Amino acid sequence: MDNAFGQPQNVVVLGGSSDIARAITKKLCAARAHTVVLAGRSQELLDVAAAEAQEYGATKTDTVLFDAEDPTNAKRTVSEAFEKVGDQVDLVVVAIGLLGDQLEMEDDTEAVTSMVMVNFAWPVVALAEVRRRLVAQGSGRILVISSVASVRVRRSMYLYSGTKAGLDRLCDGLADSLEGTGVSLHLVRPGVVRSRMTQGQLERVPFTTGVNEVAENVMRGLAKGDRVIWSPPVLRYVFAVLRHLPAPLWRKIMDGGLTR
Amino acid sequence: MTRTTLYGWGRTTPSVANLANPDSESAVGEQLATGAALIARGLGRSYGDAAQLSGGLVLSNLALDEMGAINEQGVVQLGAGVSIDQLLHVSIPQGWFVPVTPGTRQVTVAGAIAADVHGKNHHRDGSFAQHVLEMRLVTPSGTHTVSPTKDAPLFWATAGGMGLTGFLTSATIQMLPIETDKVLVDTERFADLDGVMAAMKERDHLYKYSVAWVDCMTRGAHMGRAILTRASHATASDLDQVTLKAPKPTKLFVPFDAPSGLLNALSVRAFNELWFRSAPKLQENEAQELPTFFHPLDGVRDWNRLYGKRGFVQYQFCVPEDAHETIVKAIARLSSSGVASFLAVLKRFGPASPGLLSFPMPGWTLALDLPVGPRDLPGVLDDLDDLVLEANGRIYFAKDARLAPEKVRAMYPRLDEFLEVKSRVDPRHQMASDLARRLQLVGK
Repeated sequence: MDNAFGQPQNVVVLGGSSDIARAITKKLCAARAHTVVLAGRSQELLDVAAAEAQEYGATKTDTVLFDAEDPTNAKRTVSEAFEKVGDQVDLVVVAIGLLGDQLEMEDDTEAVTSMVMVNFAWPVVALAEVRRRLVAQGSGRILVISSVASVRVRRSMYLYSGTKAGLDRLCDGLADSLEGTGVSLHLVRPGVVRSRMTQGQLERVPFTTGVNEVAENVMRGLAKGDRVIWSPPVLRYVFAVLRHLPAPLWRKIMDGGLTR
Repeated sequence: MTRTTLYGWGRTTPSVANLANPDSESAVGEQLATGAALIARGLGRSYGDAAQLSGGLVLSNLALDEMGAINEQGVVQLGAGVSIDQLLHVSIPQGWFVPVTPGTRQVTVAGAIAADVHGKNHHRDGSFAQHVLEMRLVTPSGTHTVSPTKDAPLFWATAGGMGLTGFLTSATIQMLPIETDKVLVDTERFADLDGVMAAMKERDHLYKYSVAWVDCMTRGAHMGRAILTRASHATASDLDQVTLKAPKPTKLFVPFDAPSGLLNALSVRAFNELWFRSAPKLQENEAQELPTFFHPLDGVRDWNRLYGKRGFVQYQFCVPEDAHETIVKAIARLSSSGVASFLAVLKRFGPASPGLLSFPMPGWTLALDLPVGPRDLPGVLDDLDDLVLEANGRIYFAKDARLAPEKVRAMYPRLDEFLEVKSRVDPRHQMASDLARRLQLVGK
C-alpha cells in the first residue's frame, strides 16, 4: 500500500533497466518499496537493476523480459509483472522510450515503425492493461515518463518528440478517466537528461540534468500527488512561454543551432 | 452496494472499495459468505487506513444503531454502530457517563473496541475494552458471543484487533455513574517538560482524569512547555446548581478544504503561543461541562479539512515508565526539525489491557498532529520510530498511516498469539484492511 507520504511498497517498472527508471527505483526502495518487478529487454541489464534495488532496500525482486517493438506482448508483460508481485501493486512506472537519430530515421520506414511502436504503441497497450488491473484493485498509481520534448514537437527530433507527444496527450485523457477510481496517473516531463539514451547527443542544452535529479523531482511530485512532474521544475514556466512562440521564432531557437 | 472512495480522518491515503450497510447480523453473515475480503467501518475516525480496503468490501456498521435501556447497574447493550455521542445524549440525563472516552464523541462502540481506545482516565481505569462485558462478533467461521470469561482469547484478540477478527454487531458496556454533568478541573502551566512530567508522576493518581498539552515547537530552555489539566467528576455537593444535560450538537463546521500549507510552521507556532499564554498559571476547581473537558475536538465539525487537500498524520507512540527520556528526545528531535506540530498531547498510561494488539502500556504516551508537506517529515518520523523501538515502545495502529512493516513485530510482541486466534475464526484471512496489508499484519 501507499502510505500517507505517497511512498509505495509494491512496484512494477516497465522499462526497468533504463537509467531514469533505475534512479527512481533506487529512491523508492530507500523509502518503503520492498517488492520490485522490473520488465525490460535485456536480462543482463535487468539483473543489474534488480541487484541495485535490493542494495537499496528491496526484499523481493523479479524480472520480466519483453520486446517493446511488439505491442502484442504488452498485455502478457503487464500480467506477468503483476503476478510476480503477488499482491496489490501500488505504483507502475512506465519508462519506455527510444530517442534515435532523426536524420538517419526520417526516410526509413522501418525505423519510423520502431519509433511509433516503442514510444507510443507499446506503452499505450500496456497502460490499458495496467489501468484495468489497478481500477479493479481500487488503488494504485501510474507514473509515465514523458518528456518536455512532447510539449511542442520540433523539427530536429519530430519522431521522438511527436511519438512522445502522442503518449503524453493520451495520458492526459487517461488520467481524467481515472477520477474517482482510487487510481491516479502522473506524467513526468524531464528536460534533457544525461543518460545512456542521450549519450553523444543533445549536449549543451540548457536545463540539462542528471538522472538522480529527475528521480528526486519524481519523489517530490509523488509525495505531493502532482499530475504533471517537471524536471527541473522551472521547465514548466520555460515551456509555458516556448509553446506559444510564433513558429519562425520557435524554429530559430530550437533548431537553429541555439540549443545544439 | 456502491463503489466508494474511503479515507481515514487524516485524509492521506484514499482507496476505492465496495461499501455496504448491513442492518442485521444475518445481513453481515451474507456479506461474509460471499468470500470477499472485508473490513468493518464506523465513523471513519481512525486517522490512517484502518477502516478501508481497496478493491474489497467495506461494511459500515452505522445501520446497527439499536440502543438498549441502561439498567440500574449501569449496564447497557449497544448496537455496534452506536456512537459515543448518541449514547451520551441518552445516558447523561439518566446519570451515566461512558467509562472511557477518546477526544471525540464521534466514534462508534465497535470502533472504540477495535482500537481499544483510551481516554484521560487510562492511568486509573484502563482502556475501553476493559469495560466491555460481552460482545457479538460475526466471523467467517460463524457468530460468536465472547466476554472476558467466555472465549477470552477471541475477546482479547478482538479488543484492539483493528477489526481483523470479524465484524462486531453489538456490545454490552458497563457505564459510570455521575451525579452532575460537570467536572472540576485543575489547570497548571509549566515552563518546561521536566516540570510537567514530574508533576504528572507525583500527583496524577489523585485525579480521575489527567492530560497535558505540550508545545513541541519551542526550542531551548522552554522546550516542551506544557499545560496540565486534571479533573474529577463533580458530585452534587460540589455545585450550587446540579444539572444533567446532554451534549449540544456541534454547529460550527469547516465548509471547504483549506489551502494546503495554511497550517505551517509559522501559523502553528503562533497558535501554540496563543494557546499557552491564554492558559492560567494555576487554576483550581473550575467547573467545566463534560464536552468542554472531554471533547474539545468536537467543537468544530470536519476540522480535518483545515489541513488542506494533502491532509495530516497523527503520530502517537507510547513507551514504558522508565523510558521518560524517550519523550524528551522525541520532543527535542521534533522541535529542532522545525516540522509544524500542534500542541502535542502527553499522558500517563496505567496498566495495560489484556488485548493482544492493544496499544497502551504502563508509562507515557505522546500524540502529535502533523500536516503532510515538509520534505523531511517522513524521515523525522522514521527516526522517532527507532527511538520508540529502542525504548520497547510502540506506535498506535488507529493513528498510523506510515509505519514501516518491519518494525511492527518488535512493537507488538503478541502479534503471533493474535494471528493464532485470528486463524481459528478466519482461516483464509478474509478479514483484511489497507492498514493490515501495509503493515503486513495478516497474510496476503
